[in-house]
Amino acid sequence: MRGAVGMGQISVELGKRLNSAVESMPAFPKSVQRILELTRDINCRPKDLVGVIEKDPVITIKVLKIINSAYYGLPNKITSINQSAVYLGVNTLKNLALSFSTIGILPKKNEANFDIQHYLVSSLVTANLVRAIGAKFAAGEVDPTDCYIAGLLHDFGKVVFAQCMPEEFNQALALSASDDLPLHKAEEKVIGADHTLVGAMLAKRWQFPASLADCIAGHHGPKYETPLAECLLVADLIAERLGYDSNGKISAGGVEHYLPKRFGGDLDATMAELGDTSKMIAEAKMFSQSEG
Amino acid sequence: MKFKFWGVRGSIPAPGPHTARYGGNTTCIEVRSDNGTLIILDGGTGIFALAQSLLRELPVSANIFITHSHWDHIHGLPFFIPLFIPGNTVRLHGAMDPVTGSGVEQVMAVQLQYSYFPVREAEMKAAIEYKSLAIGQSLEVGDVTVTSTLLNHPVIDFGYRIECNGKSLFFTGDHEPYYNIYDREDADYAEYQALIEEKQSSVDQAMRGVDALIVDSSYTREEYPAKKGWGHGYFDASIEMALRVGAKRLYCTHHEPTRGDEELEAVFATVMERHASRLGELQVHLAREGLEVDL
Repeated sequence: MRGAVGMGQISVELGKRLNSAVESMPAFPKSVQRILELTRDINCRPKDLVGVIEKDPVITIKVLKIINSAYYGLPNKITSINQSAVYLGVNTLKNLALSFSTIGILPKKNEANFDIQHYLVSSLVTANLVRAIGAKFAAGEVDPTDCYIAGLLHDFGKVVFAQCMPEEFNQALALSASDDLPLHKAEEKVIGADHTLVGAMLAKRWQFPASLADCIAGHHGPKYETPLAECLLVADLIAERLGYDSNGKISAGGVEHYLPKRFGGDLDATMAELGDTSKMIAEAKMFSQSEG
Repeated sequence: MKFKFWGVRGSIPAPGPHTARYGGNTTCIEVRSDNGTLIILDGGTGIFALAQSLLRELPVSANIFITHSHWDHIHGLPFFIPLFIPGNTVRLHGAMDPVTGSGVEQVMAVQLQYSYFPVREAEMKAAIEYKSLAIGQSLEVGDVTVTSTLLNHPVIDFGYRIECNGKSLFFTGDHEPYYNIYDREDADYAEYQALIEEKQSSVDQAMRGVDALIVDSSYTREEYPAKKGWGHGYFDASIEMALRVGAKRLYCTHHEPTRGDEELEAVFATVMERHASRLGELQVHLAREGLEVDL
């Protein structure tokens, strides 16, 4: 099935399908397990709960969707779970997380053959990288919370594809592997829209901050117009180098990436300046393990 | 504008000789505008006695504003007798619940189920209207303006500011002063602190300069640490709040169900002694069932 109306556009009908796919999308195994554990204890520490929620892209998206809805009419759009805790209150946040957790858990194996576990580790690694890169190369220009959330959610479109249109997404993954194509190019060929477009469409629909939606939309170029988008691009490239690209293959086929000025045009030097990343990788892996 | 307390007890009704003077009914406050517009804040068990007093002035047009959906603020609603009498109008206002996605109609619907109450809403003869309010929404009701403010409780809780001809009152419903969920050594401490200060200042703004501030003051300062996170305030915090926002009178309410009249007065006297020197023009009172205040 081709749900798209043309390159770079999504039909109204497909938009609705993608939106409802997210509504019914379960969260990740480890977060569900931790949330169920924590919420069995009446004395559970709010900060522990926030710590779990902000590491799960599905629950984070659903919370942000509610807090940024017109109902709350907040003057500034919200990108953090901490801020959601202040507004909604910890117990309401807890019960929201619990209600999202009872939908079930994202299966390790899906029909699209998309590795959910690897996606989660990649998103967490990228989130930590964007925050570290922002602090080092764009201090004062980007907000650390925005950096984290941009990294956590930038590839969200991939999970939506895997859940909502597994056959087509599977074809895109296969095409990307066989023809050595970046995944987003393969998605465009097979589905008619790539995961950046889908992620951004949903972010806009849910009234996430425009800066975040734009960042998701533009994270595979061609232009990176904001400091946040620049940091995300570089984090994505570094994550790919480190092996956490969630099947993105953004440099496949010898694609050259233009590095924004602030990074001196050299990815190796940027990585060296960033220092040891093993701790953030270990942390991401530790969180995402569903067993133990 | 004037108002009258019909219920001042928190959590559960606490009738009996030990609460005879302050009253055992749960939260309900009647507010009357200069033109007689009837506003009712919360439908705890206190609303039953209020309902009977209203039978003298049929037909009734009642504007009920629910602060939040916990039982002690809604469980008198099915016994609001004007609901059963044709010709009356009852408008129920309150927040939407983000967890269930339901509007304020939920607070009636859950109580009027077959297993829990013998009468269905369809059998109630008054015209019943539901209005879920947005956060910060101002509503004109007759000669009164009611504005909602999102406060801090384990369920969505609206504080309401009511204004009429230059007079104003604010009722918190249930509210716990904002506190940092992180420890000082945590990386997120400073960010969270900034967030709660920002929220606190917007809440203060909503209460600024009211003639009467009615505040959840469930606990003593000494009791509070063991109840942190339960969503209620304590006397000292209520006084701080009233001083901060420049309220003229403070009414401490939501009395603990286990606290008898004598203990309540003793606790209050200790608090007043502690703050006597800094109250200035601020008058501080214990809310009492039957207490009527003309602003």
